[in-house]
Amino acid sequence: MTAVEIASGVRSGRHSARSVVDEYLSAIEADEPEVHAFNLVVAEQARARADEIDAAVAAGQDPGPLAGVPVALKDNLCTRGMATTCSSRILEGWVPPYDATVVEQLHNAGAVFVGKTNMDEFAMGSSTENSAFGPTRNPCDPSRVPGGSSGGSAAAVAAGFAPVALGSDTGGSIRQPAALCGVVGVKPTYGLVSRYGLVAFASSLDQIGPFTATVADSAAVLDVISGPDGRDSTSIGEPQPPVSDTLADGVDGLRVGVLVELSGDGIAPDVAARLQAAVGALESAGARVSDASVPAAVYGLSAYYLIAPAEASSNLARYDGVRYGLRVDAPSTPDMNTATRSAGFGDEVKRRIMIGTYALSAGYYDAYYGKAQRVRTLIINDFASVWGQFDLLVSPTSPTTAFSLGERTADPMAMYMSDVCTVPVNLTGQAAMSVPYGVGDDGLPVGVQILAPALGEPIMFRAAAVLEASL
Amino acid sequence: MAALARLELSDEELERFTGQLDELLDHVAEVEALDLEDLPPTMHALPIANVLRPDVPGEVLDRDEVLARAPLAEDGQFRVPPVLGEAP
Repeated sequence: MTAVEIASGVRSGRHSARSVVDEYLSAIEADEPEVHAFNLVVAEQARARADEIDAAVAAGQDPGPLAGVPVALKDNLCTRGMATTCSSRILEGWVPPYDATVVEQLHNAGAVFVGKTNMDEFAMGSSTENSAFGPTRNPCDPSRVPGGSSGGSAAAVAAGFAPVALGSDTGGSIRQPAALCGVVGVKPTYGLVSRYGLVAFASSLDQIGPFTATVADSAAVLDVISGPDGRDSTSIGEPQPPVSDTLADGVDGLRVGVLVELSGDGIAPDVAARLQAAVGALESAGARVSDASVPAAVYGLSAYYLIAPAEASSNLARYDGVRYGLRVDAPSTPDMNTATRSAGFGDEVKRRIMIGTYALSAGYYDAYYGKAQRVRTLIINDFASVWGQFDLLVSPTSPTTAFSLGERTADPMAMYMSDVCTVPVNLTGQAAMSVPYGVGDDGLPVGVQILAPALGEPIMFRAAAVLEASL
Repeated sequence: MAALARLELSDEELERFTGQLDELLDHVAEVEALDLEDLPPTMHALPIANVLRPDVPGEVLDRDEVLARAPLAEDGQFRVPPVLGEAP
């Protein structure tokens, strides 16, 4: 059943929220030991919540648009009373005293939380192998990675552990694992979804979004979690129209560009072939497709790997052993700070903190961080000139299908290249999503990325629905 | 850099990270070479700034609940080792 079907059945009394959650919990019990999608499963809490939803329905109340829908939450979303670790030793066992705004919104819409999903530590990575609690495996092939950093969320949906999961996307951390696991993943326009209660990685790039099996389910979740929030100063102030309402409007007459800089060099032939098939499907549905060029997009990766670590080095300064999380004792506070951070952070987090510290340091600031911010402007300008001629752009989501566990862990640069198609959109703040579109030569899922201008979600979802229906 | 970031690295870590970070810096050198003096820097993709809420007290976290999560707390405050000099 899709999330939309679960909610409509629970609201009408056709089935109980309890029977739904019990079914998903059985799937978790059976397959979670192999997949390791979760850092925490809250089975008893989920059952109690489902009973609460059923009681509300029995009493004639409407629990909301996601009534009884099981949801898995990435472990960097704060949940009151439920441990939130960011898959890091430095936050192990920390229990937030408040809920993230998206958690409140989902709860108020009738969702049932089943647990917290595994991730690359502090969302830094593209394979979920940087978790302090061990890697997640791709449910399509356990010898492969699920992608990252929201690999646990993507795997949870792909494995049937939950119909909905939330992730966060700073450079592709929702779209790339969605592509590698064969599910739908959405990075909304920056500011559309509140970041309050999302543990910060790179604040000007981070955005929360859904993973689901179907396009309509992602639309339903986005409609619940989007909207203004006074607790996030970067939240867009005006409510946006629901994307679910226009989902079936098709792409007839839309101008779609194939983003050539992200669709040629370095893209595996089988992935490129699936993109071509998707282009054919959009054309058959009436879209006018031609090549689109955003020359500065090729600099996206370099700008991203300066800006994101710079912001991270500042954001992660708060893990100092004083207010929460791990403390390693030492005779003075500066020594305690250093001992705590050295013991609590993993390799990738240390690498990024050092890159960021370097890019921000006196003497290097202009050459690295300052230059990267100007490249960001260049990329924004190049996209802006393309949006005059196109309504949407398409590219592959990931240059390859899922790679093997351990294949890229010793070579950070090879791992960073996994994000080449997804990072430009975080730098510009635009909307993008990944839609599964068949499999590659190895039988593993391929994702097609749809890019829209800021707040272009309604059109983006229409194209996604067309692709889904054409398979 | 590690000292600035309050990190202490072993000799093995230092050697491994240095090679890996050099590789990244080689890659990002492509942007260092661009002439972009005429372009303003972008810190933030959205054209919004200085968002302020009304200046009235809002909801705050409960102090005891927050302190209960600290590694060490005393008398309603976080407790840390001496910041300067030796313990009395």
